[in-house]
Amino acid sequence: MNRPIRNLAVFCLLLFLALMANATYLQYFQAKNLTSLTKHSDNTRVADAAFAEPRGAIIVNGRAIARSTKSTDQYKYQRVYPFGSEYAHVAGYFSKGRLGGVESSENDVLTGDAAGLFVNRVLDTLGNQPPKGGDVVLTLNAAAQQAAYAGLQRLGKNTRGAVVAIEPATGKILAMVSSPTFDPTRLSSHNFTASSNYYSRLLKNTLAPLNNRAIEERLPPGSTFKLVTAAAALSSGKYNPESLVPGGATLDLPQSSSVVHNESRGSCGGTKITLTRALDVSCNVAFGTVGIALGGKALLDQAEKFGFNASKPYFTGLDDSLTSQVPSVFPTGLNAPNSALSAIGQYDVQATPLQMAMVAAGIANNGKVMKPQIISEIRSADLDVIKPVDSVPLNPSDPQAVSPEVARELTQMMVSVVDEGTGTTAQIPGVKVAGKTGTAQSAPSRPPYAWFVSFAPADNARVAVAVLIQDANVERNAISGSGLAAPIAKTVMEAVLNQK
Amino acid sequence: MEFVHRRRRGAELFLLVLSLAVGIGAYVAVGLGVDGKVPTNLYTYGGWLTALVIAAHVTIRIKAEYADPILLPIVSALNGLGLAMIHRIDLGMKANDPGYHELAASQLVWMTLGVLLFIIVLVVLRDHRRLQAFTYTAGFAALVLLLLPLVPGIGRNIRGARIWIHLGPLSFQPGEIAKVLLVITFAGYLVLYRDALALAGRRVLFVDLPRGRDLGPILAMWVISLGVLFFENDLGSSLLFFGMFLVMLYVATERPGWLIVGGAMFMIGAYLAYLVTAHVQVRVDAWLHPFPVTRGSYQVVQGMFGMAWGGLSGRGLGLGSPQDTPIASSDFILPAFGEELGLTGVLAIILLYGLIVERALRTALICRDNFGKLVATGLGVVIALQVFVVIGGVTKLIPLTGLTTPFLSQGGSSLVANWVIIALLLRISDQARRPPPEFDDERPDMDSTQVVSMR
Repeated sequence: MNRPIRNLAVFCLLLFLALMANATYLQYFQAKNLTSLTKHSDNTRVADAAFAEPRGAIIVNGRAIARSTKSTDQYKYQRVYPFGSEYAHVAGYFSKGRLGGVESSENDVLTGDAAGLFVNRVLDTLGNQPPKGGDVVLTLNAAAQQAAYAGLQRLGKNTRGAVVAIEPATGKILAMVSSPTFDPTRLSSHNFTASSNYYSRLLKNTLAPLNNRAIEERLPPGSTFKLVTAAAALSSGKYNPESLVPGGATLDLPQSSSVVHNESRGSCGGTKITLTRALDVSCNVAFGTVGIALGGKALLDQAEKFGFNASKPYFTGLDDSLTSQVPSVFPTGLNAPNSALSAIGQYDVQATPLQMAMVAAGIANNGKVMKPQIISEIRSADLDVIKPVDSVPLNPSDPQAVSPEVARELTQMMVSVVDEGTGTTAQIPGVKVAGKTGTAQSAPSRPPYAWFVSFAPADNARVAVAVLIQDANVERNAISGSGLAAPIAKTVMEAVLNQK
Repeated sequence: MEFVHRRRRGAELFLLVLSLAVGIGAYVAVGLGVDGKVPTNLYTYGGWLTALVIAAHVTIRIKAEYADPILLPIVSALNGLGLAMIHRIDLGMKANDPGYHELAASQLVWMTLGVLLFIIVLVVLRDHRRLQAFTYTAGFAALVLLLLPLVPGIGRNIRGARIWIHLGPLSFQPGEIAKVLLVITFAGYLVLYRDALALAGRRVLFVDLPRGRDLGPILAMWVISLGVLFFENDLGSSLLFFGMFLVMLYVATERPGWLIVGGAMFMIGAYLAYLVTAHVQVRVDAWLHPFPVTRGSYQVVQGMFGMAWGGLSGRGLGLGSPQDTPIASSDFILPAFGEELGLTGVLAIILLYGLIVERALRTALICRDNFGKLVATGLGVVIALQVFVVIGGVTKLIPLTGLTTPFLSQGGSSLVANWVIIALLLRISDQARRPPPEFDDERPDMDSTQVVSMR
């Protein structure tokens, strides 16, 4: 019977080796993943430990928007947010079992566990110092953020909307605000029952205050999408800014009984108008016609060059278990009538405010779209820069969404919109501003969305902005890109331009 | 001069001192980690543990002087570690809930009972072959024990599995004792009928499959295992009993065909169980998709979180949060070690179990009689399978099934049964390592007439 017993011994050896290999996999190879609060924010062991150590600060323009202070309750440190709700969707919150925003996406750095901070961690341990987390410096501009936040708050606390400002040359996010907002300090309270109750109230709120609408909400971009259509038209070589296009009151859609009207329900100022004029007055008939002439494929290619239909999220700064960035979409395989509707930003076209800010920034940056980023640098507690972040194009193999000439022509047309078209409310004295309004219909039963995208100064842009007002407590006929959204964009641009 | 095994009792004593240092040291470390001071009852606790272990050692010196010298130290180290960890989890639970009922003290009582039974087995059972006479008695007793939890009034359903009996203040898992009795039954039965079962049957693809009429016993065991599974909802014990039976059948008949037939039957049974019982579906689902955390996967995920939090070197005894995992002191005691002693500690514990199995199989190899071979093999396999099923379950290698971790887990019946297993293994190894009786030189052909089996 000894031969089977020997075989059995080998079999038992395999069983035990499997147990050991699995334990090694769990405790060594999987350990980082399982103890990451970003991926498993319900890991209470890690969360408890995190309350016992000071986290690094999140910094904007040299001032902390989130930092750890000594606490006298059951934990050693309390997270505080000196600017309250203003940075809520960006900085996030730090609660037991729940993290959001940069608190979550850069948790490794803030706790000091990131690979780049390893040496500091070892030195702290050897020097018998409490371990210190690293600081995360954001690209945000405090003045722009303040202006954006104030602009949305002025429309009322329950306004649903978002503002994104980008530095066109680098892709740095200068402002990112979503409304309605929440109080990160309350969410991060050590009174876990209270913070839990607050959290579940926020979750139940139909206005979804926890959502960062700048990246998590996609809606029809409406007339602001005409910038993409115009870009496709100019790039095709068939059109220039002076090309004459139909400017009548209606456009009968081919293969369909539908009719496209202008927002004013009148004509755009003549049966034939220039493309520049069509953009000035946001002429649906003209751009619908251009859309049919170019075809769905040309529009699709142009939209994708600006970042639509991205296969994976291009903005990684706020990725965590709770924030789900949605890609902006432009439909494929369009027939002629749907091409016309898509060309004016209706039908199935949907964009996030971040995406529309990137369209404006791309045009402002001579046609080159930069990858948006919100982390400026990672610093150790001793202020050594561990990881500076470089600017890269969104699409490194083909960085130009449009050629520099087309970008120049588009800029001229957008300047005309602000000078004498629908965007006059965004004018800044002494500065050439380029912009485009949008008032997107969602359904006849509900109010339209107000959009505005712009950049300034037009010939050497320092800031590009997109503003979305999804709904506000105003009369239906008062909702328009120029009336609600453009004034906010104006104050954000001014805030950036007034510096230095 | 023929080879004679050395007794190595001195080595055993030396290892026992080391094992006590591990067990009592862990207890001190728990006190230091949780309260920052050495536990006040260190001397009584340490003295008690030492007395138990020395009593076991002395019994071996007197009653089984050739027994394997490594088994007792391993078991002593594991039991000491288990007691320290149960005490540690008690402290953690008490911090959250002052009314929590502590388990460590009663575990020490059960350990005392275990050592007592260990001594009784070694004293009373002078030769393991006497057990062969109890083949059918043991089998009948095992069946009764397995059925007891189903008896209304004393059977209890705890956490979905009906494997407990309650008699007044005592609660007991009869299946733990049944597994020892079943090993004896199988060994006795197989020694008698192995030749019949080993007759060649049909040969298919290089494998000798058994004859149809010989399938009787395996079918009976299959039915019993499935009964345990369906009526008591105990996947772990079911797998344990059937696996043990199959392996002993294979060893007795030397025919791998039995493994194939039995393995296929078990697969069928397990799949049927998956289709029919919600209990099993929940477990399999939690195994395949632990995230996002559901009620079914909460416990496994907490165990994984704890082990990951422990990493390579662990948080240190008393410095983790093993009490965050539900039922950490019994089924999920290994993740608690993973959290506080790290991968290093877990690998050491798995190695200790590996050594127990190795010693058991080595005893089976050198044992002179077939009954002893089969019993030693069966006991070794019971430990190997139980360790694999429970540790594999809590570390998400296989679906979770409720079984205790031998010697570590809180649970009296399991601890007592495992001490008896070790006593039986020591008894067999004493017989196996003892020099054969001297024979009269004038009859040199005495040995050749002793052959009982040609295999």
